[in-house]
Parts: sequence; structure tokens; C-alpha cells
Amino acid sequence: MRNVYEDAERAKDKKAALGTDITIENFSSEDINAIDLIDDLSDLSKKDQNTLLSVGVDSNESDRAGSFLQMDQSNIFTSELSDNIELMNTGVALEKYSWLENYIWNAVKPDADKYTAEAAIKEKEDGTFSGYFVRSKPGTKEFFPVQACMFIADTDIMQTAHNIIIAEENSELHLITGCATGDDISSALHVGVSEIYLKPGSKITFTMVHNWAEQVEVRPRTAIKQAENSTYINNYILTSPVNSIQSYPTTYCEGANSKALFQSIISGQKTSNIDMGSRAVLSGYNCSAEAISRAVANDAAKIYARGHIIGDEPEVKGHVECNGLVLSEESSIYAVPILEANSTGLELSHEAAVGKIDEDEIHYLTSRGFTEDEAASMIVRGFLNMDITGLPPILADYTKNVIDMSVKGI
Amino acid sequence: MLLEIENLAVEVEGKQVLKDVNLSIAEGETHVLLGPNGAGKSTLFLTILGFPKYNITQGSIKFKGKDITNLPTSERVSMGMGVSFQNPPAIRGITVKDLLKYESGQSEDEDLNPRMRELANKLKFSEEFLNRDVNFGFSGGEVKRSEILQLLAQQPDFTMFDEPDSGVDIENVELLAEELNVILDKQKRIKQRKRSGLLITHLGYILNFVKADKAHVLMNGEIVCSGNPDEILLEIRKNGFTGCVNCAQCL
Repeated sequence: MRNVYEDAERAKDKKAALGTDITIENFSSEDINAIDLIDDLSDLSKKDQNTLLSVGVDSNESDRAGSFLQMDQSNIFTSELSDNIELMNTGVALEKYSWLENYIWNAVKPDADKYTAEAAIKEKEDGTFSGYFVRSKPGTKEFFPVQACMFIADTDIMQTAHNIIIAEENSELHLITGCATGDDISSALHVGVSEIYLKPGSKITFTMVHNWAEQVEVRPRTAIKQAENSTYINNYILTSPVNSIQSYPTTYCEGANSKALFQSIISGQKTSNIDMGSRAVLSGYNCSAEAISRAVANDAAKIYARGHIIGDEPEVKGHVECNGLVLSEESSIYAVPILEANSTGLELSHEAAVGKIDEDEIHYLTSRGFTEDEAASMIVRGFLNMDITGLPPILADYTKNVIDMSVKGI
Repeated sequence: MLLEIENLAVEVEGKQVLKDVNLSIAEGETHVLLGPNGAGKSTLFLTILGFPKYNITQGSIKFKGKDITNLPTSERVSMGMGVSFQNPPAIRGITVKDLLKYESGQSEDEDLNPRMRELANKLKFSEEFLNRDVNFGFSGGEVKRSEILQLLAQQPDFTMFDEPDSGVDIENVELLAEELNVILDKQKRIKQRKRSGLLITHLGYILNFVKADKAHVLMNGEIVCSGNPDEILLEIRKNGFTGCVNCAQCL
């Protein structure tokens, strides 16, 4: 497969440009068939089902177009509940469709850093691919979302996944991706490579909810390629502690009139080190992108909230918004909005505001009967509970519930 | 007495703003507080409410017979105190409906009760409006009506209104005043009134619609005159606040 593995070998010691450096050798590889298949998501323990539910994955599969569950390195469950989509393990999909090779390591480069390199090398060693392949068929508009879950059940392992998501011409695809860990995971590394392709006139909404254990290192590597008149909406929600996460999903708006919207809700707790960005490269005529993030830092959490828009063509528009609340002396937020204008006649703007909770807001709520602590908590929840736009009503309600559920515990 | 303020002195950021303020409001009474800009009206108001910035250096505040001088705001509110702000802050992510549910004793998950829906309707608020973030992008009139609606949910025994008619269209002042009168038990006979209030007003226009029992003039941090609201207003309109101080009808 092209020079993927040579490139990966060369990059296996290449540190990522951002985020704390992880010693990959500290984590062990898991076999792709180590865990037995299950017949139904409800075969999981109640505890695991609840964990899945906390990241939006419903074991009853009600109102879902399909489900995919990867536990450690094993794909233990897949279901296709709609004729509008195809959903399977990426390795299986590659056997089924030879053309899929063109989409593998295309949007994300294997030599981007040592994590992508490690994922590629592992694929070569295993002789197959983990992760999921999902495709919406041309002209279809699937109302219900596909749900996918990456679950780490064993401690000290490295989980890799290589996901390929394709929305065919004039189709609509909604995805909920939940990532979580079992209770007793003291440490683990997750490297998820996601390559997302939007054909002309298509739309994808990709809602990702993370609920990792406190000692887990997370390095998602995501890139999106957008053809003309396509719309990509990325929602990211993280409200539980994690050791470190670094991700900078990047969309390439190559086709004319393509649109991208990134919305991130991040609550940093304990000693979490969170470096979360969104980047859009606007190279198609009249395309546009928005990157909006709300971050709250508590305890000793450190959050980098980045937004980067690159305008390469006239008539493109972009906006970055990074808002943050710092709630404790030991926590910190770095809001980094970056605008790059490489053409005339484009419109790029940004807005960043980081600070503490406004005392007037607390006092106002105490004058309505809330205690100061209740008021502060309500303000934080309200701040994070932004209206996620661009989703169909059922998914909007669902996402709102997930956010409500996540921020309630804050 | 419902509210008794004795010899109150207050500092804000080290600067004395109120000195030796005495004020008593009985059950069922509505008082009005008049005074020029910077006289200390808002300071008195927010001190009664218990905001931490207002440092009481002398005197006491009693509410329903209990000394509340050092009580946090939320406890004063749970004892039956309510307030309508002139310029309340906008809070993202907290809707008018969220507050109304809390104020009327409902849980977050419940639907807003029919009584509140009816009152919202009466104050010309749509469902869409109730789902808006509180005070965010509200017009002056919407802010005031939202404040009054929240008080109708709370049903306090003692309510303070800071400039309730400022920024409100003339046609809506009457509507607002009607609900203000409900909050102050004005539809009841004098002896049957239980709920009390303190209105802060600059121009006194609202007093055409809400009758006060007593007026106080606050100047330079002191109550310099108390008496019949109509007479005091007349004097102020004729001779300004200084004239009122020298007026023989006072006290």
C-alpha cells in the first residue's frame, strides 16, 4: 500500500508538535481477536452498558441506524439497522472494497507523528485494520445516527483504531462516537485515526463524547476532506478527567461552497492536560468554517483551546471563538485563536475571552435564592451548555441530553 | 415591623456611602425611596439584600424580627425577600424558564406550571422568549417584565424594586404596574395587605400607578426627609431635592 509503512517507520520517533510526549513502549499491544464477539449490546454487563450510555451509545439501539463496538483491539459487535448505510470493521471493508485503499492514509498522513506511525505499523504487523468503516449511500438521508464506541477494558494497553467515514454524493450521515474505559483502568493509550470524506452535496454530523479514566492518554488524529456543497459538523464533548488528550482535527474545504462547523465543550478536571483544537483549511470558492469552543478549567487542569482557520481563496469566511472560565488557582486555560489569510477579499475573525465567573451573575442568582455555590455551578453548566447547531431534531435533543447529563456532574 | 433598619452605616471599597440610616417598613406597606444620582439609593437596596461588597460598619437590619445583618443573600431570599434589578446581568445558558421553575419551587425536569405560563402570557412573553438566556439581548422593557415575572414566581413578602419603570414604553408601564400592585397586595383592602415593598424611583412616574404609603429622600448617604409621597414629590418637582430637605412638612 503505497509507501505508508516506509513513511511510518521513518516517523516512529517523531514527537507530536503539540501535547505531552507519551512513551508508547510503556503500553502493550492487544490481539485483534482477544475478546469474544457478542450477539447483542445488551449482553454487556449493566455497568458497561451504563458506561456506554454515558458517552451516548445506547445498548438498546433504539433510534439508531447501526452500532459498532470495539473493545480494546477487538471488534466485538457490529449491526446495520438501515439500508441507507454500510457499517463494518475497516479490515473487513478493505477486503470487500478494493477501492477503499485510496481512502486509507489519505486525509491523515502516517508520518504525521509517532502516534499515526505506530497505528500504521500495528496495521502492518496485524495484517489487518481495527476501527470502523461507515458509508452513507448516494442520495440517502439517514435520519437516525450510527453509534460507534471505542472501549478500553484492559489496563496498560494501547488501543488503535482506523476509522473511515464516507458520505456519498448528496447523502446525509449522522454519527455518535463514544469513547470510554472500564472502571479499573489505571493507565492506557488510545490512538484513533479517523479519515472522513464528504462527496459533493453531502452532510456529516460527527458527535464525539469522551469519558476516559483519569490515567488515560488520548491521541485522536482526524482529518476531513470536503467536496463542493458539502457540510461537516463536528461536536466534541469532554467532561470527565483524563491524563492527557491532544487532538487537532483538520478539515480541508476543497470544494466550492463547502461548510464546516466545529463545536467543542470541554470541562477540565483534576490534573487533566487537554490540548484540543479545530482547524479548517479553506481552499474552495465561497467556503466557510466556524470553530467554537467553551472550556472550563477546574482543580489543576490545564486546557489549550485552539482554533485555526486558513483562508487560501478569496470569498471564504471563517470565525474562531474560544471562551473559557478558570475556576481554580491551580488551573489554566490558554485560548489560541489563529487566523491565516493567504488571499484578498476573505473574511476571517476571532473572539476569545477567558476569565473567572462574573460576580454580578453569581449575585443575581443568589438574589433569586440560590446559594453562591449553587449559582456558580449553574453558571458553569449554562456556559458549557451551548446550543449545538446543525443537528436534526432527534439528534439535537439527544445531544442536549448528553450535554445536560455530562455537565450535571460538574 | 417587617423590616427595621437602625443606625446603618455602609462602606463600599473603603468609602463610606451610607451613614446613620433608619428606616422601618411595616407589613402591608409600600415605601418609596427618592434621591439624586449618587445619593446611595442602590447601596441601601443592595445592603438590605446582603450583597458582600457592601460592608456594614455600624447598625443593624432586622427582617421579620430576626437580625439579618450578617446573613447571606440566599437566606434573606428564602426568608421572603425579593428584588427587581434595574440592570440585571445577562447569563448565557440559563433561561428565563430555568429561573421561573426554581423560583416557583419546581424541579428542573418538570414542565413550567400553568400558573406561571398564564402569568408569562399576561406579561406578553411567548414560549420562545421563556427559552431565551436570561437578560441576553433583552430590550429595556423585556428586562423589567422578566424581573416582575420572576417576582410573581417567588411571591416574596418584601420586595425591592429598582427603577421598575425605566426604559419601559409608556403603554407597558401600566401593564407592569398592574403586576407590581399584585406583588404588593394592592388589590386587597389596606388592613388585609401582608406584603410590603420599597421602590426606588428617580422621576416618580410609576407612582401614578402604584400608590406608596410613605416616601423617603436619601441624600449624601442619609435619609433627610420622610413623609407623604405626594407632598414630597410635589416639593421635589418644584424645588428639587435641596428644596425638599428644607421643607417644613418633612418628618
